[in-house]
Amino acid sequence: MRDFLTASWPWYVAGPLIGLIVPALLIAGNKVFGISSNLRHMCSALLPSKLDFFRYDWKRAGQWNLIFLMGVLTGGFLAAHLGTPHDIAISPETRLALMHLGLHDLSGVAPREIFSWHALLTLRGFVSIVVGGFLVGFGTAYAGGCTSGHAISGLANFELPSLIAVFGFFAGGLAATYFILPHLL
Amino acid sequence: MTTKIQIETETVSERHATPAFLVIYLLLGVAFGVVLTRSEVLSWFRIQEMFRFQSFRMYGIIGSAIAIAAVSVAILKTLGAKSATGEPISIPKKQLDGGVRYAVGGTIFGLGWALTGACPGPLFALIGNGVSVMIVAVLSALAGTWAYAMLRSRLPH
Repeated sequence: MRDFLTASWPWYVAGPLIGLIVPALLIAGNKVFGISSNLRHMCSALLPSKLDFFRYDWKRAGQWNLIFLMGVLTGGFLAAHLGTPHDIAISPETRLALMHLGLHDLSGVAPREIFSWHALLTLRGFVSIVVGGFLVGFGTAYAGGCTSGHAISGLANFELPSLIAVFGFFAGGLAATYFILPHLL
Repeated sequence: MTTKIQIETETVSERHATPAFLVIYLLLGVAFGVVLTRSEVLSWFRIQEMFRFQSFRMYGIIGSAIAIAAVSVAILKTLGAKSATGEPISIPKKQLDGGVRYAVGGTIFGLGWALTGACPGPLFALIGNGVSVMIVAVLSALAGTWAYAMLRSRLPH
């Protein structure tokens, strides 16, 4: 059991567990799995404004989801502290490609050369963290969902808007990977 | 009649906010955070591996998650199941309209997904994992959400 809690889970364990969150939330309270609406709830709760987008009862609509999100943070903390941290065993091709782009340290869950307070004010740190974060917020608000709301909840419900959004996710992700990262890293 | 319906909706929303239900949402969130960490979905390295098509792993995870969710939703709909709060279970359909918001908004999010190496759930799980600089990414994402709200009326949807 302890091994299971500390090891890296195979895709056929992790994927179905994520999928089961969808019916669990529906059964608990008819709630639709989707993380990015929390960004909207947070804006609405923390910075009251006259903007239409934030004028709704965030507590009624989003209290459950904000609590779910606190759980995600807590779960990340618990899982990270349940065992000795180990490096991510990415494929040799990816390893080679990333070293070729100029990364030296491939340890941890995210490269320290980009994702650390130290690197925040370097060009690659700033673009990855600040610009990247901004695009995540802007894009999910514009598209009305992220990987959980569109790719999982939406596609599981066979919705065309979600399929279009998921194509967009990949178009953007591929563009950043092949056209931005080579100049950035 | 109207009064009766009103009273009923109030009871439902009150039951939503009871501590017991909030604990369920918290625990489900904890489970999601644990899975994101143990499956390494929150890792920038895994996201790069995915966008470079150098491993089946992420596709297997997202694909099987969709499959299990789709089968579960279909079963719940067929059974006409009700939630524990007494509501009939339903996922509201998204409006297609012009579809521009999904294509353009989706692409913008995709750029951010590859740059940060994280979608919104993993951003928070990463903070739990000790990558504390992701607090800045979350603040930036809130600024992005705010910027959308300001430009919303001028953007094509």
